Amino acid sequence: MAKNDSLQGSLDLLVLKILSRRPRLHGYAIMAAIASTSGDVLHAEEGSLYPALYRMEEAGWIRAEWIKKDSGRRARIYELTAAGKKQLGTAESRWQSVSLAINRVLREA
Amino acid sequence: MSLWSRISNAVRGERLNREIEEELQSHIEEAIASGRDPREARRAFGSALRAREASHSIRVAGWLESLLADVRFGWRQLCRNKVTSVAAVLSLALGIGSCVAAFRLIDALLWRPLPISNPSKLYVLSRKMIGLYGKPAEDSYWATPDFNLMRDAAKDQADLIAISDADRTDITWSTDDDMEKAHVVYVSGNMFPVFGLEPTLGRLLAPADDRGPGASPYAVLSWDYWNHRFGRDPHILGRLLHIGDQTFEIIGVGPRDFTGTETGTITDIFLPLNMNSFATQDNMMWHRSFLMLKPGLNPATALEPLRQHLSAVSRAFEAELSKHFSGMPQTFIDRFLNKKLVFYPAGAGISDLQKDYRRSLAILGLLASLVLLIACVNVANMMTAQAAARAQEMALRISIGAGRRRLVQLILCQSALLALLASALGAFFAAWSAPFVLSRVNPPDDPARLALTADWRVLLFGVGLMILIVLFLGLLPALRVSAVRPVVALKGGEDPHAPRRLMRGAIALQVAFCFLVLFLSSLFVTSFQRLQNRPLGFSTDRLLLLETVADKGQLPVIWNQTAEALRAVPGVNSVAISGWPLLGRIKINSEISINGAPPSPTSAWFLNVSPGWLSTMKIPLVAGRDFNPEDTSPGAAIVNETFAKTFFPGQDAIGRTFARGSNQPPYKIVAVTPDVPYSDLREPSRPVFYAPFDEIDHKSAPSTVDFATFVLHTGAQNPLALADSLRQLIAQRHNGLRVSNVTTQLDLVRDQTVRERLIAMLAAFFAVVALLLAGIGLYAVLNYSVLQRRREIGIRIAIGSTRAGIVRIVTLDVFLMIALGGCAGAALGFGAARYVASLFYQVKATDTDMIALPALAILLTTLVATLPAVLRALRTDPTVILRSE
Repeated sequence: MAKNDSLQGSLDLLVLKILSRRPRLHGYAIMAAIASTSGDVLHAEEGSLYPALYRMEEAGWIRAEWIKKDSGRRARIYELTAAGKKQLGTAESRWQSVSLAINRVLREA
Repeated sequence: MSLWSRISNAVRGERLNREIEEELQSHIEEAIASGRDPREARRAFGSALRAREASHSIRVAGWLESLLADVRFGWRQLCRNKVTSVAAVLSLALGIGSCVAAFRLIDALLWRPLPISNPSKLYVLSRKMIGLYGKPAEDSYWATPDFNLMRDAAKDQADLIAISDADRTDITWSTDDDMEKAHVVYVSGNMFPVFGLEPTLGRLLAPADDRGPGASPYAVLSWDYWNHRFGRDPHILGRLLHIGDQTFEIIGVGPRDFTGTETGTITDIFLPLNMNSFATQDNMMWHRSFLMLKPGLNPATALEPLRQHLSAVSRAFEAELSKHFSGMPQTFIDRFLNKKLVFYPAGAGISDLQKDYRRSLAILGLLASLVLLIACVNVANMMTAQAAARAQEMALRISIGAGRRRLVQLILCQSALLALLASALGAFFAAWSAPFVLSRVNPPDDPARLALTADWRVLLFGVGLMILIVLFLGLLPALRVSAVRPVVALKGGEDPHAPRRLMRGAIALQVAFCFLVLFLSSLFVTSFQRLQNRPLGFSTDRLLLLETVADKGQLPVIWNQTAEALRAVPGVNSVAISGWPLLGRIKINSEISINGAPPSPTSAWFLNVSPGWLSTMKIPLVAGRDFNPEDTSPGAAIVNETFAKTFFPGQDAIGRTFARGSNQPPYKIVAVTPDVPYSDLREPSRPVFYAPFDEIDHKSAPSTVDFATFVLHTGAQNPLALADSLRQLIAQRHNGLRVSNVTTQLDLVRDQTVRERLIAMLAAFFAVVALLLAGIGLYAVLNYSVLQRRREIGIRIAIGSTRAGIVRIVTLDVFLMIALGGCAGAALGFGAARYVASLFYQVKATDTDMIALPALAILLTTLVATLPAVLRALRTDPTVILRSE
């Protein structure tokens, strides 16, 4: 569980950040945005994206709605809620402090 | 929010799966659309099934989903055994419905707090004393002057409130012709404010309405009366109400839910205490006294000093009063003064109905819960048998990884389903049966009325009961199932006798409960039968009673003329007058003084009757003559045999004299009659004397009569057919006489046994149900046991066991259990019977036939119930059995 949490933590952070910049994206677009903004370095595992999205939805950080695409098919798009913005703030600052600490350790060594 | 979405997702699981599927699909299409290779995109996505499973479990409340699956499975189980399931649900519903109905009645009559502020601080004042016949008695009625003294003495610690019992009074809103009945209550002006009640309309009575006698001719209507009599007419204020020669102005309507403090009667009209002429009389004890402790006082410490203080005040008042008792023996005065003041909590109201029905309702509750227990045992047996049959399935489930908690949940779900269905049916039964029973609590012309609202108290009780039943039904089989060891079970069962042992214990339990129900029922039914068949000593056949009043009093000659006029009506065979009817609500006693001596310690009841009353009632004469028109009271008297034996032991009473107290004019006994019940069918015979209807005062002038009853023997089978024309005939004479109430002597006798009839009816009903359920239970258990043991029986027959031997092994332990249960039931029965002995009439729990009857009934039921199983065992064909194994 704990191992998963840390992984999910970073995926959650990325998804929240993407959605805060560009609201109303569907799952594939979120994944694509993570890849392109990270300069093709970070690739979210496609299969685990959706459980993460649902978990965040149940937690109330994001909300989803079905829209009709131009192709006529339905797509489920996501956007940030107020609780999600708050969560993004805490997750971001935690990430900053963790990466700072890790960098410090790397420099010392 | 999120929990809710997960719960709703669990209910619509299929749709959710489709949505997830659709979104995952659209992801892959999106990838393909952006130019990726379809195969590569699918591979990159990974296992779609895994993603879907993971997604599903996040979005769904898993516990609920499994619960739903269990409920569905439980439902299918119930449907598979339709007949047993329906029987189980019906018997449980009957039990639950009876219990809830009994609770509703008990709660409404005895427990539910009055809708007033601080009902827990309300007490009623009563006095313990030695009664008329040397038994302990209670007196809860007070003289208003005494009450006033106590109210002033207590005013720093408590408010004292005077409230009379509701009296069914003749009232009129316009003319004398439109007489109607209403429950009228006299209250002290502080009642409404101390109870914290607000008017719906106008104003309520206030302490200012307590000023002098007759000074506040105001009336407050109860909301209920305003509603059903006036259809909530907003212009009711200012209307005039006439009672006798008094006129009252309506000043307000009480709050919606307050129906008075006399639980079981709904008050219609509240009048100020001081408007009743009794309020000024020192020796008229006519209303109850309530005490509301002031806020902030602790009942535990404040009540006892207050009680002693009030006791002293009241005793001083009565000591002063007793100085005016002339010619009373000192023992009388001592008994009068030797009382102990007590406070009783009165938060649920105080009424005679509570006193009369407390034990009856307790018995009703006991019988209902016993029937429910019997039904539960039946259903538990059924579930145990089914669980035993499913032992292999359970073992299989465990071995492929089902958690034991999940198995317990599975079984509990099934019992919860049963209980839920039964509760829903039972709620309907309770909704119907509680008002039905209530409507039979009092005589039909003045029914008891209780607010039987289905509120949270009833709901809480119902839900609590249901949870208990679920646990009772499900826990045992659930625990057994979860203890299944798969290896053993799959190999062919561990101990095949285990469920049977359990079920045999259940039989003993069931028989014990059933015996208890039957035992109590036979006591109540016999009581009722003996009471109903008690020889009356007079005839009730075709006797019509016209209870008549003369508001301003009328001379006996007018009454006699009216009787003469009634005699002339075709269809009327004979007419007589009595002061009041036998076995009615009125009874009056009198001191008896022989030869000018001080009154004897025993008093006698009396009744004024006209000549011909004895023959109209068909009461024979033992000796002497009937009254003739010249006889007056005082002057002549007819006494019953107990009177003669009590006051003239061993002598001929005829020709002797007695007086109603020393220094009173004498009555000369002209005849002796057999004993007839005077006011209560249950009481042993008391001394009674009849005095002539024509009363004279000390100057030998005729005195007026305020009320009397015309007793008519009619030719018609139904005497009430004549009632309306006779009532009009009396009204048309315009001589001040008015018929206030019409009834028959037969109805008065029936009214005496209302409570006994009700208990006997309900007890008989529960007895039949209990016997039926126990019979079904027994049959099912035996049948199951024979089925289980058919291998063993087959082998026994094959190796030459006799038929008698087979019958013995099939039935022996069952009969042992029944004997055990019967003994336990009898022991319980004796205990319960002692608690309700006061409800019996000429029946004792130790009467042999009272034990023999239930024992016989159970034995018969047992025989009938065991017969099919025994036959099945005897018909077992060993070759078939052994071949099939």
